[in-house]
Amino acid sequence: MITFDAVTKRYPDGTVAVDRLSLEAPTGEITVLVGPSGCGKTTSLRMINRMIDASEGRILLDGEPVQGIDPPTLRRGIGYVIQQAGLFPHRKIVDNIATVPYLLGWDKKKARVRAMELLERVGLDPALAGRYPFQLSGGQQQRVGVARALAADPPVLLMDEPFSAVDPIVRTSLQDELLRLQAELNKTIVFVTHDIDEAIKLGDRVAVLRVGGTLAQVADPKTLLSEPADDFVREFLGHDRGIRRLQFVSTEGLRLRTDLTVEEGAERGTSESWQLVVDAEGRPLGWASGARPGELEPYGTFVPGRDSMRSALDAALLSPSGCAVAVDEQGKVVGVATREALDQALAEAADG
Amino acid sequence: MGWLSAFFSWLGEFFGSPENWSGPGGIPMRLLEHLEFSALALVLAALIAVPLGLVIGHTGRGEVIVVVSANLARALPTLGLLVMFVLLLGAASIWPVIIPLVLLSVPPILVNTYEGIKGVDPELRDAAYGMGLRGGQVLLRVLVPVALPLILLGCRLSAIQVVATTTVAAYTGLGGLGRYVIDGFATKDYASVVGGSVLIVLFALVVQILFTLAQRVTVSPGVSQRLKVR
Repeated sequence: MITFDAVTKRYPDGTVAVDRLSLEAPTGEITVLVGPSGCGKTTSLRMINRMIDASEGRILLDGEPVQGIDPPTLRRGIGYVIQQAGLFPHRKIVDNIATVPYLLGWDKKKARVRAMELLERVGLDPALAGRYPFQLSGGQQQRVGVARALAADPPVLLMDEPFSAVDPIVRTSLQDELLRLQAELNKTIVFVTHDIDEAIKLGDRVAVLRVGGTLAQVADPKTLLSEPADDFVREFLGHDRGIRRLQFVSTEGLRLRTDLTVEEGAERGTSESWQLVVDAEGRPLGWASGARPGELEPYGTFVPGRDSMRSALDAALLSPSGCAVAVDEQGKVVGVATREALDQALAEAADG
Repeated sequence: MGWLSAFFSWLGEFFGSPENWSGPGGIPMRLLEHLEFSALALVLAALIAVPLGLVIGHTGRGEVIVVVSANLARALPTLGLLVMFVLLLGAASIWPVIIPLVLLSVPPILVNTYEGIKGVDPELRDAAYGMGLRGGQVLLRVLVPVALPLILLGCRLSAIQVVATTTVAAYTGLGGLGRYVIDGFATKDYASVVGGSVLIVLFALVVQILFTLAQRVTVSPGVSQRLKVR
């Protein structure tokens, strides 16, 4: 666990970057520091590994004040990932990943074996090991940055806006990858971002900081969205807070109808205005309507239990039928969530 | 094309005469002298300027030294400096010539080494510290390899300058390839002037090639980006 105990950072010119911050980052969880620029989130992060030293207060790493540890020794025990990856351009990827093991005096062979293992772990082709950083894309470099931070298996990982310099598609995949890794590794992660959506997606706990370096609220994402502490947090969360809260509402209990599907080529009943046409394997093909015979309209899918209400609602809005298609992991239709069913679930979510 | 045939006949005369290939005034001896003076001056200059540039670039302290040295390099007349030192110290040893040569070749190495280290991406420096490298390790394991092309450029600029200036040093009675040119002019032996000039040009070219090769060998492909991107 990382504990901030009334930590203040004041610069010689009088600027206060962080103001009496008290915060805990529990072991094995992702704690996200989020806020507008100038809120001291990066400063707070960098005080943990003493890239910046706190002016007042204490930062404890499992009860031990970091201020008492020699900075290089401290840093070798903490993984650190920065925005532009910061890979060493003159070293091959494998040696970049093995940076900290080399510093810790590991046998070169052992360090390289470990580096190769991590290369695969972060989802990179082992063939990249012999390349140099400039030969990799931004997203690949960032994965190497994560692998490098994990190389000596530190219990703590500090991530300073690691995904903000890559395009949105790559960012999403890096975020998913981080969550997958975290499920396996259970590191204590402190993650800094200015992107509230990223904070809500990744954080077990989200700490919202305001300009001037004070803590506005710290809570799990669901609580943050439903019970913002004040106007600043409400404003920072944005206008579609209600919709985004749906991503924490399960589709587990959503009522599904199974009588609305019809196999391709089979006789279509006339009682329902919309029917979902599926192929022989049970995969959806499109919505058929009595009003426009012979035409298939678009559909949206979600996986009940795994996907959130937000996905289910999104799937419904994608189709003129207004219904969301529930599929299993293999993409086979298991039922249809009608407007009525969604309505009912939304009403329950609003009450809860 | 009379001058061209004259040029080649002088060349033939110079390189064809057996007495030019042996003894203290022979080509091998003069070449060796030239190499010796240039190399000695360059090595001494590098021993002073590289560590100084590394430390100033890394710590940011003593930057005024770099500025002063860069300005002096532009202001000081080479030949004047040579003559002054010979007058001061006499022509008995090679030092009156070596000292000004060293002084002249320090600034390019110092300025480029300093700029190279100073110019390394701050993010990279930050990452190196963040990984737990100590100050000296950051300098030697990260900053130097990344700044190496500039450091070598400084050395190459100095080397070319030293090779050229060593030629002029023949004025003060020193050996080296400059002897052919200066003595040739004095005795109107144009074969000697032309042959000496050609040798000096070739010598400078070889020095350039050597530095290019050294760069190939020592600079990481990741820094020079010589490899194809995927």
